[in-house]
Order: sequence, then C-alpha cells, then structure tokens
Amino acid sequence: MPETTAEAVCTLADLPTDQARVFLVDGEQVAVFRMRSGRLHAVQAVCPHRGGPIADGQADERVVICPLHQYAYDLETGACTNGEQPALRTWPVTTDAEGRVFVG
Amino acid sequence: MANKQRLVVIGNGMAGARTVEEILTRGGGDLFDITMFGAEPWGNYNRIMLSHVLAGEESDADIFLNTIEWYTEHDITLHAGVRVTRVDRFAKVVFSDDGAQTAYDKLIFATGSHSFIPDIPGIKDRHGELRQGVFGFRTIEDTRAMLNYAAQHRRAVVLGGGLLGLEAAHGLARQGLDVTVVHSRATLMNQQLDAAGGDVLRGAIERLGITVLTECRTVGVIGGFREPVRGVKLQGHDDLETDMLVVTAGIRPETAVALTSGFTVSRAIVVDDTMRTVDDPDVFAVGECVQHRGEVYGLVAPLWEQAVVLADQITGAHPDATYTGTRTATKLKVAGLDVAAMGIQSPERPDDEQIVFSEPSRGVYKSIIVRDNKVIGATMLGDSRKAAFLTQAYDQGLPLPEERVSLMFDLGGPAEETSIAELSDGAQVCNCNGVDKGTIVSAVRDKGCTSVGQVMDLTRAGKGCGSCKGMVAQIVEWAAGDALTVDAAASYYVPGVPLDKASLMAAIRAQNLRSVSAVFAALAPEGKDDAKSKMGLASLLKMMWGADYVDERDARFINDRVHANIQKDGTFSVVPQMKGGVTSPDQLRRIADVADKYEVPLVKLTGGQRIDLLGVRKEDLPKMWADLDMPSGYAYGKSFRTVKTCVGKTFCRFGTNDSTQLGIDLETRYQGLESPAKMKLAVSGCPRNCAESYIKDVGIVAIEGGSWEIYIGGGAATEIRKGDLLATVDDEETVIRLVGRFMQYYRENANWLERSCKFVPRIGLEEIRAIIVDDRDGLAAGLDVRMQASVDAYVDPWLERREPRTPGQFESTLPLIPLPLVPIREPAHD
Ligand code: SRM
Ligand SMILES: Cc1cc2nc3c(=O)[nH]c(=O)nc-3n(C[C@H](O)[C@H](O)[C@H](O)COP(=O)(O)OP(=O)(O)OC[C@H]3O[C@@H](n4cnc5c(N)ncnc54)[C@H](O)[C@@H]3O)c2cc1C
Ligand code: SF4
Ligand code: FES
Repeated sequence: MPETTAEAVCTLADLPTDQARVFLVDGEQVAVFRMRSGRLHAVQAVCPHRGGPIADGQADERVVICPLHQYAYDLETGACTNGEQPALRTWPVTTDAEGRVFVG
Repeated sequence: MANKQRLVVIGNGMAGARTVEEILTRGGGDLFDITMFGAEPWGNYNRIMLSHVLAGEESDADIFLNTIEWYTEHDITLHAGVRVTRVDRFAKVVFSDDGAQTAYDKLIFATGSHSFIPDIPGIKDRHGELRQGVFGFRTIEDTRAMLNYAAQHRRAVVLGGGLLGLEAAHGLARQGLDVTVVHSRATLMNQQLDAAGGDVLRGAIERLGITVLTECRTVGVIGGFREPVRGVKLQGHDDLETDMLVVTAGIRPETAVALTSGFTVSRAIVVDDTMRTVDDPDVFAVGECVQHRGEVYGLVAPLWEQAVVLADQITGAHPDATYTGTRTATKLKVAGLDVAAMGIQSPERPDDEQIVFSEPSRGVYKSIIVRDNKVIGATMLGDSRKAAFLTQAYDQGLPLPEERVSLMFDLGGPAEETSIAELSDGAQVCNCNGVDKGTIVSAVRDKGCTSVGQVMDLTRAGKGCGSCKGMVAQIVEWAAGDALTVDAAASYYVPGVPLDKASLMAAIRAQNLRSVSAVFAALAPEGKDDAKSKMGLASLLKMMWGADYVDERDARFINDRVHANIQKDGTFSVVPQMKGGVTSPDQLRRIADVADKYEVPLVKLTGGQRIDLLGVRKEDLPKMWADLDMPSGYAYGKSFRTVKTCVGKTFCRFGTNDSTQLGIDLETRYQGLESPAKMKLAVSGCPRNCAESYIKDVGIVAIEGGSWEIYIGGGAATEIRKGDLLATVDDEETVIRLVGRFMQYYRENANWLERSCKFVPRIGLEEIRAIIVDDRDGLAAGLDVRMQASVDAYVDPWLERREPRTPGQFESTLPLIPLPLVPIREPAHD
C-alpha cells in the first residue's frame, strides 16, 4: 500500500516502455521510467553534470544514459557508473490495483 | 660535470636520433654538450611510415619519433634545416651551410642515404634538378610533393620494383592513380625473393590494379624543354605516357661530406667493430651511411644494433662492446602484403634441400632452404605466421623437425605458443622501432599493461610497418596469461552483443530477430539488454528489415525519437530538407514565418547548404513541421544527410554538367537512409570542386567531356581525407546506381560509427571497386535490390506530427527550467 505521502503522478498506460516521463513531485522534477521487465524507477530528472534531461536518455534494466554527454546512472541507486558525477536522487515508486503510479 | 665534451652529430634521421637516445640512457647528458645538424627542417620522424602517408593511411604529423620539444627537453642544440658542408678533422670543426663553424670533441656521421637517380636522358632539367613531375621517395618533402601532384593527375610510372617502388606504387594507386611499375629485372623485389616468389608477388600486385612491366629498361624521359614529364621511353616496348614518374631505382649512402673531408669511403663510410671511422678514433658513423665488414645496410634493424654499440663505446659504458654485423631476417609489409626473408634465396649446393609451397591465387608463397638439417634461407610471402620460428631456427641454427612441412604450417610442429616461449628476450620483434621480446614482456609484467593496444602504445612495437603486429599480440597474450584484457570488444558491432557485424547479421537473419529487445534476448550474454548498444542495433535492424522492422522507440537516441537534434539546454534544432541547397522564395517565407511564430532564437545557414532553426522547444516541434510543410533534412541522425551542390553548368562559366540536378536526384532517392555513420555527399560541376566533393563520403565531380567521377571515402571532419576515385562514368543514371550500391555495401559492412574515411581504406579501394564496379563476386544485383527496398521503405519522419508514436513523445522533459538557456543572438549590424 502506498504511504500517505506518495503522490499519484500518472497511470502505467501513460508511461512508454523503457522510456521516461517527467512529473513534479514536491517541487522536484522526477523522471519515472517503466522498464520492459515491469520494474519502475523514479530518479532526479536533471542531470547533475550540466543539467541534461535524464528522461530523454536511453535506458536498460540497470542504467540510464544522459543524452547530452553520455554519463550513465544506476537506476536503482542513482550512482554514476562511468564517471565521477554526483548521484541522481532516487524515490520509491509503487502502483496500485488500478495501475496508478505513486512516487515518494 | 664541469667539463663536458662537445658531441656533434651530422644527420638527424632514424640512426642519428636513435644513437643520441641510447647515449642519453647511458648518462650521456652529463658527459656531452650535444649538437645535432639535420638537413631536413624538422625533428626525427619514422621514415618507414612515409609509405603509409603516401597511401593516405597516416598523416605526416603523426609519424614523428622525436619532436622539436624533445630536443629542448634534453638540452640538445638542434640545427634543423642546416646542412653540414665540410669537416676539418685536424681543427675538429664542422662547417655548415648557414656559415657557422662548430667545434667538436667527438663527431658522429649519421647522414643516411639519398635516392639514386639513374642518368636517364631527360630525367633532369638544364639546372640538374629533377624535371617537373619526377620524384624521389625518401623524405617528407618528397611525399608531400607526390601527394600534391597526385591530386591533380591520373597516371604514374614507378621506376624500380623493389621494396620502395612497390610501396610507392601501392600508395599512388590508393590515391586513385593508374600506376605502372617498370622493373629492369625479371623478378620483383629480387633482393628478397627468388623467381617463383617474385611471380606470386607480381600476381598479388596486379590484383591491386597496378600494371607491372618486368625486364624492361627505361631509356628516356619524354617531355619538352621546361615541360613536365609526359612519358617514358622503354627498351623493346612502346613509349608509356604518364603524368608523373617516381624514381625508386635504389639508394646511395650519403658520403659526400665524409669523402671530401678525408675519411675513408668505399661504398660507404668505413667503420670498425666499435663503429669508429678507421681514420679517427673520435669520429664515429652509424646507419645507412656506414660500411661495416664490407656490408652496407638499407633497412632499419641493423642501425638499432649499431646505435647500441656506438653509445656503449662513446660513453664508455661498455668499452668491450662490438658490432659484428646483422643477419637477422627482414620482415616487411609491402603494399599491404607480408614479406619475410632471411639468408639465401635458392639452393646453392647439390644437396641443399628446398621446400616450396606456392598458392598464387591467394598471393602466398613460402620457400625454405635447408642444409645439414639447418635453415639457411627462407622466404615467406603473404603469410608470415611461421616467420618467428623460422627466424629463430635460422639465427640459432636449431635442429629441424623431420616433417619439414611443419616449418611452414602449424601441423604438429612447434606450435606458435612454444615458439614464443622459446624466443630469447633479446630477439627483435619490431624491426621498425627496434623493440625486442624482453621489452614487450616487461611492459606486461613490470609496467602493468594488460592489452595488446596498451603495449603497442607504450613500446611503439608494431607501430612501424605493421608486419610484426601478430607476433606482438602473441607475446602479449603469452606474457599476460589470464590477466590479458582482450580488446576483442573492439571487433563487436555494439558493446553489449559479443559478435562482429557479419556474425551479428547472420544470427539476426537466422533467428529472424526483428526488434532490438529480441536481439538482446537471443544474443546478449544472459539476455541482458544494454543501453549503449540500442542505437547501433536499431539502425542495423532498420537497414536489414526495412518495413518489417519492429520499431521499439526506446531503442532510439532522443534525436531519432523526436526527429531533431538535441541542444545543450534540452531544446532542439529544426533543419528542413533543401535538396541540393536549392530553395525558393516561398520556402524562405514559410521558414521566416515559422521562426517568428515560435520565437526561434537563432536562424543560421549551415555548412550543409540549408537553414537551421535552433533552440526550439520539444513541444513546438510537431506544430512547426506542420507550418513549414517541408520534409525533414535529417541533420540529427546517423544517416544520409545532404548532397551539397554547386550551380554547375546552368549558370557557371566553367560548369560541364548539371551538378545541381544530380544532387537533387541523389537526395530525392537516398534521403534519410539510416547507416552506421553519417553519409554526406556533394556534386561539383567541374574539378574546381566548389561543392567540396573530394572530401565527402561520396563526392561526384563532372569532368570535361561530360563524364562524372565518383569519389568515395573522403571526409573533412575529425579526420581529413581526400576521397578515392571509384569510377568515372558517362551518365547520371550510372552515377545514381553506383552511389547507391556503394552506400548499401557500406551500410552492410561498416562498423557502427565508422565513417567512410575509415571504412574505405580498411577494405581497400581495389576490393571495393571489384565488388561495386566490376561485380567480381556477383554481389551487385543483391546490393541494388536491398537498396531499393530501403528506398521504398522511406517515410518522412516529420509526418509523425499527426499522431505521436508514444505517450508524451513531444512533451517537455524539463518543464520547469526556464528555456532557452542558450543566449539569443541577433545578426550583426555594422
Ligand atoms: C549545423 C552545422 C554547423 C553549422 O552551423 O553550419 C552542424 C552542427 C552540428 N554538427 Fe556538424 N554541423 C554541420 C556541418 C558539419 C560539417 C560540414 C559539412 O557537412 O559540410 C562537418 C565536417 C564534414 C564531415 O562530417 O565529413 C561536420 C562534422 C561534425 C562531426 C564530426 C563527424 C566525424 O565523423 O568526425 C560531428 C560529431 C559527430 O557526428 O559525432 C558533428 C556534430 C554536429 C552536431 C550534431 C553536434 C551535436 O551532436 O549536437 C551539431 C548540431 C547542431 C544542431 O543542433 O543543429 N558535426 N558538421 C552543420 C549542419 C550541416 C547540415 O546542414 O547538415
Ligand atoms: C618510403 C620508405 C619506406 C621504408 N620502409 C622500410 C621498412 O619497411 N623497413 C625497414 O627496415 N626500412 C625501411 N626503410 C628504410 C629506412 O627508412 C632507413 O633504413 C632508415 O631511415 C635509415 O636511417 P638513417 O638515419 O641511416 O638515414 P636517414 O633516416 O635517411 O637519416 C639521415 C638524415 O641525415 C640528414 N643529412 C644527410 N646529410 C646531411 C648533412 N650533410 N648535414 C646535415 N644533415 C644531413 C638527412 O637529411 C637525413 O634526415 C624505408 C625507407 C623509405 C624511404
Ligand atoms: S565546381 Fe565548377 S561548375 Fe561548379 S561552381 Fe565551381 S567552378 Fe562552377
Ligand atoms: S548533462 Fe548529462 S551528461 Fe552532461
């Protein structure tokens, strides 16, 4: 059951496979990814490197690659996997029976 | 040390500089104030690599071994571009052509050789200079001059079919010239090969498209007073017309200064086993200018050994060091073919045994001469894999296996593995850069290198003619054992699927894999997907399956998801198609209106002859495309981009063909095709080349008489390369067909992100011509059909404006950051 603080940002149908969309959660921009395996991830939408749009990146089951300078970030932990960039913030994501997606 | 001796070195080539390096490693910097004279105006470069420079595989900036800074760093006074004219042995002074006199305590001659120019009537002008269009092949300047001349001419004759001649012929053929080699002997490379080997080599050279005339003497050079060369007169053969003549008839030691200064010169400067001249214990000589025990050498391997002995002697590091001559085998790469030769070429005594293997169609020839169960001579052409073992057997007089065939092939004889282990540490592996096995092993064991690439970078092994690369790799593999990190991934098409392109395509076809996720599931280790591999796979699958490709949008890079190029602030650019660079007032008006309506911050003319609207919000893209009502110009993809054109014959007073129309036709047919890397084209109406056709992936140039030249593999991006002339054809239809066929061949065979300027030299122009133009392998029809299928599957991606393909396709991903961040630029007014 989602915690009371979590916000419903969209439904599963709104999320393209292996891609992300961006939502505002508590004044923060959050990129929500829905993977082929069904897993969901919510990470900071702004790349710590030079502000690139993380949601426009290419992703696999482990990482997302920022489209601007190709730094990769672990979707689970947010850690940068191919350089020294600060980690992305991450949030828990959950769904309910109607397919609504909650972040936070 | 207070009182340093003055050491002067005449000649700043491979031997001189190497000797000074050896002297420095023996503490020579504390013993000597070093001054070097070099007649060439730069630091020391790898002369061997001039062959690669001529073939366009290497730039002359990349072949330096010691840059000018190196001399400064080591406190060496270098007089570059200054020639020594005389030595006064008694006053111990050298005179140079800048008028200076330099005193020495110790002196080294390292003056090398010069091209031998035979005394053929007409070869020189009245001033004794080479006639215009006649070249030697020895220096960077020679090579640059040849490249410049080759760019403007079509035919070359190379006089002399030895190592240098074949390298020159190969290089010029690569530059697109029709090349004929004229050799006075019956056998090419007769210094290294016997008659049968020479025949096999000849076949291989001819397959490169080079004409070979043997037993043919050049008796005159044709050309009027003050005229460039027009042809050569041959004995017993018709005159041969040509635009350029390259003289590679041998080299002669450069001994003029030594001779006039009173040193003993026979064929070259005579030295003893300590590398001292026989006339003066303070004067040494090294390199090709040396005659030692009657031998004069013309390859680099001996000079590395001489440099060591000279340095041991002059610094006193090893007063007993002696040089007793070099008899190691030569390993060469000639015109891209491996050649290894050692000892005698053919049997000399009745009981000498000769083992021969010959496979002319593959250009392979192997011959081994055995006496008293020892190798006393061997020649390997086209396949030198056993050369390492043979060299060792030859050098050390090893007893041979009874089954002689195992000397030539790995059939139960000493396997490559053992022969590497048996190789002594001092065995020279890279002759060009003088690197022995011990140095390679220590790079792995002591310096932490784990891959072949790292070892090559650190030691320079394998970076000369390249003939030893295989052996360097074997030694590194042997030395690193389990620690070896394979650069194997270098051959994978994409990093996440361990297959090269051909195997990957075969597997995709065999298993009928039509989407990127299906490829991962079937072919990636543990079925793992890999973000870095998606874009390359998406492009490949689209190329292979056309309309039947299952398009998963996540596999696309953002640019290909929204058909626009992403900018630093997350906005995009819009570049509408403008075929051939031709537009109309109506299009311009629409572009202007769109720019106003969507507050486009920058409108800019691109280098590709169209208009770029930069700084566009993602959500505005579909609306802008609709208002523009022009197709996509594909300025964002790894795909067919533009065809630049010039005005051509419609308006230009020099134009011979309608270059603009051909450009438009090419773009209409091939627009938007995905490919391993960008494909940029151009069509120029005459060789003035206003559309820059020579530096395009595919460039078309109209020539007098209405024909079209097709150049491939040109580029002026991170690497600059002039394209190779693929064919000259008479009509536009053939141009369009051949261009399409070449592009399809490139799409099917190039590595991911490999631009044509890398691809064409990798495959080789002759091979491509054989496949594309001559249809040697019967592949043309298939290439044409698959290209047609791709053309038929084309849909303008900007039509997606009507119906987004995924939720949020054109939705901003950074909605809250004020955009644009890129400053708005107003046109400058003055
Ligand atoms: C707009 C333009 C510059 C201009 O203001 O004139 C341009 C702009 C960019 N070029 Fe270029 N190149 C432009 C002509 C060129 C040219 C000249 C030409 O095509 O005549 C070259 C050298 C020629 C060549 O490629 O052979 C060129 C060599 C590159 C390269 C190096 C490619 C290489 O293989 O080394 C890149 C980087 C890459 O592709 O990875 C690049 C990449 C880029 C990118 C896409 C950088 C990026 O990834 O964001 C720039 C996109 C700006 C945008 O959003 O529109 N651009 N770029 C030119 C667009 C031409 C067109 O209409 O299609
Ligand atoms: C195109 C080409 C390909 C080759 N390929 C191979 C190969 O694959 N394998 C191989 O083993 N060898 C090859 N060689 C041969 C190799 O380059 C030579 O053996 C080597 O360069 C000899 O070195 P050196 O120092 O004796 O002479 P050089 O390198 O010629 O150096 C002599 C230098 O002395 C300077 N000099 C001469 N006289 C004076 C003076 N009076 N004052 C001041 N400076 C002077 C010259 O300008 C020159 O720079 C090739 C050569 C060429 C040209
Ligand atoms: S390439 Fe030739 S025809 Fe074309 S514009 Fe230049 S000069 Fe004129
Ligand atoms: S902004 Fe993301 S990698 Fe540079």
